[in-house]
Amino acid sequence: MSPTPSPADAPATDDAFAPPRAQTQDVDGRTWAVASGCWTTLAMSTRPAWEALAKDLAALPPADDRAWDLRPIGQLDHIGAQLLWEHWRQAWPATIELSPQHQAVLDQVAKFTVATPDEPPKSLSDRLHALAHHGPRAMVVLRDFVGLIGQLALDLCTLARAPHRAPWRDFSGHLYQFGATALHITALVGLLIGVVLAYLISQQLRNYGAEAFVVNILGLSLIRELGPVLAAVLIAGRSGSAITAQIGVMRVTEELDAMRVMGIPHGFRLVMPRVLALAIAMPLISLWTSMAALAGGMLAADAALGISPSYFLSALPRAVPISNLWLALAKSAVFGVLIALIGCYFGMKVKPNTESLGRGTTSSVVTSITAVILVDALFAVLFKGIGFRG
Amino acid sequence: MNAAVTSPSSTVVDIRKLWTVFKSPDGEQVVHRDLDLHLDRGEVLSLVGGSGTGKTVLLRQILGLQKPTKGAVEVLGRAPGELSAAGAANVGMLFQHGALFSAFSVLENIAFPLRELKLLPDELIRNAALVKLQMVGLEPQHANKSPSDLSGGMIKRVALARALIMDPPLLLLDEPTAGLDPEASDSFCDLLRGLHRELGLTVVMVTHDLDTLFDLSTRIAVLADQKVIVSGTAREVIAYPHPFIHEYFLGGRGQRALEALHDKPAAGKAPPAPQPEAARAEER
Repeated sequence: MSPTPSPADAPATDDAFAPPRAQTQDVDGRTWAVASGCWTTLAMSTRPAWEALAKDLAALPPADDRAWDLRPIGQLDHIGAQLLWEHWRQAWPATIELSPQHQAVLDQVAKFTVATPDEPPKSLSDRLHALAHHGPRAMVVLRDFVGLIGQLALDLCTLARAPHRAPWRDFSGHLYQFGATALHITALVGLLIGVVLAYLISQQLRNYGAEAFVVNILGLSLIRELGPVLAAVLIAGRSGSAITAQIGVMRVTEELDAMRVMGIPHGFRLVMPRVLALAIAMPLISLWTSMAALAGGMLAADAALGISPSYFLSALPRAVPISNLWLALAKSAVFGVLIALIGCYFGMKVKPNTESLGRGTTSSVVTSITAVILVDALFAVLFKGIGFRG
Repeated sequence: MNAAVTSPSSTVVDIRKLWTVFKSPDGEQVVHRDLDLHLDRGEVLSLVGGSGTGKTVLLRQILGLQKPTKGAVEVLGRAPGELSAAGAANVGMLFQHGALFSAFSVLENIAFPLRELKLLPDELIRNAALVKLQMVGLEPQHANKSPSDLSGGMIKRVALARALIMDPPLLLLDEPTAGLDPEASDSFCDLLRGLHRELGLTVVMVTHDLDTLFDLSTRIAVLADQKVIVSGTAREVIAYPHPFIHEYFLGGRGQRALEALHDKPAAGKAPPAPQPEAARAEER
């Protein structure tokens, strides 16, 4: 530190944890602002130290005639220097005493402190433009999605022509991932829904003495509607998000670009195996869910209404025509294709940053669940004359 | 000027009898065996070694991201775990691929450690981040870009600015010049040398770039046979008889870099290219 006599009595401190302070002192009839201690981020970054320093600085508002003595400062880093510089309103005080090394730090801060470049504010026309973009964007999504379906059709033709070149290992891996590993959760959910539904219905049916009809209601609603939709919603949340995340991460890590450079088409190698796997796994999962739900309903009907499982099982084929099962399976296959395609679409659309990946996964799940329910309604309208007795 | 100059203790990193063992189903793999390493204030230490000799693992252990199997690591007289809790004020790390937060703009990335203190006023933080941005040779108009719009060299610079925002006494660099073109590497080396001089930093760096190695380091530590076989100046290290050192430094590339080192006093006097120019050239 400088050997010249300092207006401050305190010697320069080398202690790395001396709190930064600033005080006034009168020397030779002049008021000096004396900064001391350790003006580093580490020393300032505790609340008591920062509050003490902020109070000190507030008591020393920048004035033209104030003289500053920085020599007692032990350490001064860029944040400390920045703090002083901001306190001086980005101009040197008229009188200042400081050591050359602190001068160097302050010089650098003074040189590089510039006005923050503002982001250009959004004008009204920008906002209108952004709003107007939603229409065309929906069209673009629709067009891309139709393109994806077309590509899938072409890839299926390629597959039919040369089945030995298809990525069968991938396909079987996906089949296991989407199908076999989803058995526990779908069974549990199906079973519980079956139990809940059976109890609810039995309460009402007992009022009319129509207990035996629990088989008809449960069988028809579970096999035809609830089983497939429940399974599809679960799989959309489970596998749809996984597909989007997988493909999205491949986009982030440039794996997709690497594949394209090697001449391996994304559609044939990534989309088609996933779509095929879900198209096959989805009907099986939906059948499995319906079975679990019926088992739950059967147990609950036994407990609540005294309908024995053997009666339940013998009445079921009479109450529910077999065409309902085919309808459910066909519907499920369509759900599977939709979920896989939507998952792949949003995965491909991910931009290389984490935020976009999160948004893509969310959109994928929300869109596929909405699509499943829309298509289910469509099926209900189209096939309203099929599968009902009488 | 800062902690590196005035603080009494001179040891920054002290590693004693360090063992690192990775367990895998096929058995154990010993990466470090009784490794000792000592680092004083103001040094620029380069870690050199073949692939899989545990250079990056050593950096992660200094940072406290990974626990050694046996032995002690002390950074600034404390265990590395305690240091990480104290935040970016003690140790700055430049990750190999930058590790910038892609959801934030450049300025927000640099200011992030300061903002997280939830203490300093916003204006101060923004200006401090802008100062650091310009210290690493970028211009203020890059501040609002997002990391995905930056070139590789600019990402490294922004990551360096973020590592330096709290003026940590210790800076760790993992492959600082990997993936940069020669001109960008040179200007990055100039930048690091300037920062080392101005801030009195202690630097540990892992690098395979021989030019960077000879250009920046005051000491080179060679990792082989699961320990530091030799550490010293470039001349001392090259003189050490070991097959790895022979291959590494005395192969064709090493010879060329060494020649450049000998020419250095003459070449070093040429004024370095002005930083903003270099940064502009890197911009896509």
